[in-house]
Amino acid sequence: MAQMQISSKAAPVSFRSVSKVFGKDVVAVDNIDLDVESGKLVTLLGPSGCGKTTTLRMIAGLEMATTGQILIGDKDVTILPATDRDVSMVFQSYALFPHLSVLENVSYGLGFSGFPKAEARDRARAGLDLVGLQGYDDRLPSELSGGQQQRVAVARALVLEPQVLLFDEPLSNLDAKLRRQVREDIRAIQQDLGLTVVYVTHDQEEALAVSDEIVVMRNAAVAQTGSPRELYDAPVDRFVADFIGEANIVPCDIVSVDGDLAEIVIDSYRYRLPSRGLTVGPASLAVRPSRLIIGVEDGFAATIAKATYVGIHMEYTLETAFGSIFAVQEDVDNPLQIGQSVAVGLASTGPVLIPGG
Amino acid sequence: MRTSASERTVHPVLVFWILAGWIGFCLLPWYGVEDGFFRFAWLIDGYPFDEDYAPAAFLVAQGEKVWLAPLLLPLIAPLLVLRRRKTDRTHAMVLILSGAVGFSYLVAQGFGIGIRGFTFDWLTWLFGELDDRQFGMGVGAMVLATSFLFLFTQGIAARGAINGDVFVVSAIGGVIVVVAIFVFFPIARMLISAFITEDGGYSVNVFASKFFDDRLWGLGCLRGARCGVAWNSLFLAIVVGFITTALGLVFALVLTRSGFRFKRGLRALTVLPIITPPFVIGLALILLFGLSGSVTVAFADIFGVQPTRWLYGLPGIVIAQTLAFTPIAFLVLIGVVEGVSPSMEEAAQTLRADKWQTFRTVSLPLMRPGLANAFLLGFIESMADFGNPLVLGGNYDVLSTEIFFAIVGAQYDQGRAAVLAMVLLFFTLSAFYLQRAWLGRKSYTTVTGKGDAGVHPLMPRRLSVPVFTIAAIWGAFTVIVYGMIVYGSFVELWGVRDALTFKHYITAFSIGFTEHGLHWSGAAWDSFFTTIEVAAIAAPLTAAVGLITAYLLTRQNFAGKNSFEFGTMLSFAIPGTVIGVSYILAFNVPPIEITGTGIILVVSFIFRNMPVGVRAGIASMSQIDKSLDESSLTLGANSWHTFRRVILPLLRPAILAALVFSFVRAMTAISAVIFLVSAEYDMATSYIIGRVENNDYGLAIAYSTTLIFVMLAAVGLLQLLVGRTQIGRRTHFAPGG
Repeated sequence: MAQMQISSKAAPVSFRSVSKVFGKDVVAVDNIDLDVESGKLVTLLGPSGCGKTTTLRMIAGLEMATTGQILIGDKDVTILPATDRDVSMVFQSYALFPHLSVLENVSYGLGFSGFPKAEARDRARAGLDLVGLQGYDDRLPSELSGGQQQRVAVARALVLEPQVLLFDEPLSNLDAKLRRQVREDIRAIQQDLGLTVVYVTHDQEEALAVSDEIVVMRNAAVAQTGSPRELYDAPVDRFVADFIGEANIVPCDIVSVDGDLAEIVIDSYRYRLPSRGLTVGPASLAVRPSRLIIGVEDGFAATIAKATYVGIHMEYTLETAFGSIFAVQEDVDNPLQIGQSVAVGLASTGPVLIPGG
Repeated sequence: MRTSASERTVHPVLVFWILAGWIGFCLLPWYGVEDGFFRFAWLIDGYPFDEDYAPAAFLVAQGEKVWLAPLLLPLIAPLLVLRRRKTDRTHAMVLILSGAVGFSYLVAQGFGIGIRGFTFDWLTWLFGELDDRQFGMGVGAMVLATSFLFLFTQGIAARGAINGDVFVVSAIGGVIVVVAIFVFFPIARMLISAFITEDGGYSVNVFASKFFDDRLWGLGCLRGARCGVAWNSLFLAIVVGFITTALGLVFALVLTRSGFRFKRGLRALTVLPIITPPFVIGLALILLFGLSGSVTVAFADIFGVQPTRWLYGLPGIVIAQTLAFTPIAFLVLIGVVEGVSPSMEEAAQTLRADKWQTFRTVSLPLMRPGLANAFLLGFIESMADFGNPLVLGGNYDVLSTEIFFAIVGAQYDQGRAAVLAMVLLFFTLSAFYLQRAWLGRKSYTTVTGKGDAGVHPLMPRRLSVPVFTIAAIWGAFTVIVYGMIVYGSFVELWGVRDALTFKHYITAFSIGFTEHGLHWSGAAWDSFFTTIEVAAIAAPLTAAVGLITAYLLTRQNFAGKNSFEFGTMLSFAIPGTVIGVSYILAFNVPPIEITGTGIILVVSFIFRNMPVGVRAGIASMSQIDKSLDESSLTLGANSWHTFRRVILPLLRPAILAALVFSFVRAMTAISAVIFLVSAEYDMATSYIIGRVENNDYGLAIAYSTTLIFVMLAAVGLLQLLVGRTQIGRRTHFAPGG
C-alpha cells in the first residue's frame, strides 16, 4: 500500500456584509463581516439563537446568504451549493451513514471527488490512521463508542483535504472527560496540517482553549472579534464581559481622564486604570470575581451575604450600595462570616472600563 | 480535487434530455400504437413511413401533421447553449424558454386538434377548416414532453432556484406535472362534462336539472317513501363512521389496557381489511343471512316463519361495511391509545382520581383527535365503497352504485354520472377538509423522546365488562364470517346442494396439458394474470412516486410547498368511483387516449395509492436525521447521489411496505377498476363481481378465497423481509475506546 499523506489546501474565508433572512422577516444573520485567515482555527461563540450555526452553514453552502458576498480563497462562492464547495463539515450528531461501514463512510466523499477506488481506500485508511482508528474499517457506526464515531466523522471530513473544515459543536455529545481529550486532538491535527477551521460552540471555556481567534456573536451580529486573551482581558461591552468568563459589572463615574489613564470613583473609592477612549461621566467597570480583594484598607463598603466553600477556593456573594457582586478568594483557611462588614478593593490589573452607566 | 459543476461546460444530464427530445421527435412513433405499449410489431410494420407508426419528423417531412413542425424550434435552441457555463444567464433563459414553449405548444396542439380536426370553433374560424386529424399521443410525444419538462426545470435550477439543484427542481416539476395530468385534469374534465348538453353545448340548466333531481336530494323517506341517494350515502357513512370508531376503540382498549392474553391474534385483525376485497364480506353475509343463508334458514325452521330479505338494504350494508372498516379504525386508534403517555394517567391517579375518573377526564380527552380521525376515515371509506352496496344494497341506492349504473346502465348518462360524482367528491372533500382543519391545530401526542417508564393502567371495571363483551361478540362474528368465506368456496350450491366439492376451484383454476405444453384452461386465469401483472407494474411506480414526493415534502423547502402537499394528498379523499368516472371521461379522447388499455389501470392504481406511499415515506424519512443529507452534500455528493446512496438504503423497510401495500391494494380494489376494465384487461375483482351478478356465488367465493391467500402470502413475505432489514446493532462487539 502506498503511503498516503493527508495534507492541507487551507484557504481563507471572508464574509462581506452577509445577511441571512428566513421567511419574510426572521433575521438570523445581520450584515456581518468576517475574515478567517488561512491555517487558523476560528471559533464562533455565542448564546443559542445568536446566528453562529447559520453563519457556519452559510460557509458550508447549506444555507444561502440572502445578501452579501462569501469568498473562500479568492473565489466567490456565494451562490454555489454545498456540493460544489470545497468545504467539509463535522456535524454535531456526527451524521455517520448508519448503513455504511467505517471505511465506506470515510471514502464516501472521495468517490465523488474523482479518486479511483484503490486510491480512495488508501486515503481513507490514512485518514483513519490520523485519528487513531486503525483496524476499525469494517465496523458499522453503531458498533463504535461515541468518541470513536466522532473521530470517524473527523476523518471523513479530513480526507477530502478541504479548503475549510467546519465543526458544529463537535463535543456536545461527549462526556466531560472525553471533551478535553477530543478538543486537544482536534487542535493538534489542525496545527499539524495547518488547516483552516471554523468551529461553533456555545461553551466559552472550549472556545478559549482551542481558538486562535474567537468571534463572539449576539443577536445575529458580531459583538467582538479577538484572540482569547483580548476577549478575556478587554471585553468591549457588558455582554462580552459577561459571556466570556464571569464578570461583575460595577457602575462607576469617570472623574478625570489624563492621557490613556482614567480615574474613577465607586462609592468613594478611587481607582486608576486605562480609559479605553471613554470620557468623563458615568461608565461601568467589568471585574472578574478573582480580581476583587476583600478586606483592604481602601475600598468600597460591602456586607458578606453568602459564603461557600468549594474546595480550592471560597466564593462570596457581597451586598453593596449598587447591588450584589460575586467574589472568589484564595484564602480558604480563614473564611469570612456572613453579615460581616468589609471593604472591597480592586487588583492592580484586570478590571476594565466598558461604556454605559 | 473537487471540480465544481458550475465551471464545467458539458452537463451530462442536459445532454441526455436534449438527446431524448430528439429521439422522441425523430425516432419513436408519435401517436399511440393501437396494439399496446409493450408490443413492438410497429417496428416491422411500415415504420417509419406509415402514418400510424411514423415519428413526428417523418410525418412533417412527408407534409402531414404540419402543425408539429414548430416543435423543432425549441428542440434546436438548447443545442446553441450547450457549451455555455451553467452560471451564464443566457444558458438558463434559453433552457427555460425552449422548455416552456415546447411543452405548452405540445399541450396546446394536443388539445386543439382532435379526431374531428380543430376541437374549438374559434380555431376553425382563425385558421379555416382543417381536413386532417390526430389521435392520442404516443411514446414519441411522451418522451418529447418529458424532455421539454426537464429542460425547463434545468433552466430554473440554473437560475439558482433551490440552490441550483437540478434533481430537486426536476423532481418537483415531474411530480407536479403527473399529478396535474392524472388527478386534476380528469377531475376538471368531469366537472366540465356535468355542464354538457346532449348536442354538445354547455349549459348551466343541464347541470341544475341533474343536480336538483329528486332522486338525488328527495326527502321522501320522512314520509315513508324513498330518500334521495345523496341522503342515503350520507346517512350510511355517518352510521358506519360511528360504529367503526366505537368498535375500533373497544379493540384498542382491550389490546392496551387489559390483561388480555391473545393480543397477537387481535393484531392480526388489522391485516384482514388490507387483504380482503371489500365486497367479499358482503358475499359471506349473504351466505349467512341471505334468503337461503344458513342462519336465515335455521331461524325460519325453528320459529316457523318465512325467511325474509331483511339483509338487502341498509342493515346489510352497515354490517358489511362495519366488518370491513372496523380494523381501519382500530389501526388508527391503537396508535393514539398507546400514544397517551402513561405518566399523564399516573399523574391523574396520584391526584386522587380513581380509574374511571382518570379514564374519563384524562385518557379519553387525549384520544379525541384519534377518534375524529377514525370517524372520518370510516366516513370516507363508507362513501367510497362500491362492492358492498352493489352486492347487498337491494333498494337502498347510494351514490357510488348510482354512478356506476349511470355510466354502464341502460341510461348511459355521463352528465348524471359526473354530477353524482361531484356530490360524492364534495362530501369526501368536506370530510377531508374538516379533518385537516380540526386536527391541524391540535396535537395531543404525548409520547416524547424521553423514556417513559410507566405502564398504562387497566380499564376500570365498569368499562371493561361491556368492552370485553362487545369485543368477544364481534371477534367471534368476524371469525365466523371469514370461516364462511373459506367454507363457502367448497360448497356446491349454497342452500340447495350442500355437498362439499372442489368444483369451483377446478372451474376457476384448472390447468390442462396439450401438445403445446401447459394450458391455463381455468376461467379465472386470464383475469388473475392480468391482475398480477398490473399490480406488479403499478406497485414499484407507486412506491417511487410516493417516496420521491415524501422526500420533497420532508427534505426540501420551496415556494408553494403547502399546496403541493395538499395536491398530492388530495387523491386520498377522492373515492375510487370518482376516479373511475373521471378517467373514462378524460382519457377516452385525445390527446391522452388510454381507455381500454392496461396503462389506464396501472395509472389509476398509482394515483389511488400514492398517498399511502407518501405517508409511509414521510413517516420513515422524518426518522432519518437531516444532518445525514447535509453531511453527504458537504462531502461532495449532489442531491441525487444523496437520495440514492443515503436516503434510499435507509428507507428499505418503508419501500418494501409501500411496494407490498400498493401491490395488495391493486389486487383488491374494485371501485375505480370496474369502470376501467375492458375485455382484454379484466381484473380479478371485476371478474368476481361479474360472477356475483350472474348468481355464480360458488366461483366468486372460491376466487376471493384464493385472492385472500395470495395476498396473505405477499404480506407474510413482506414481514419476513422487513424483519431482516436491520441496521447493525452493538451485539458481538465490545464497545471500545
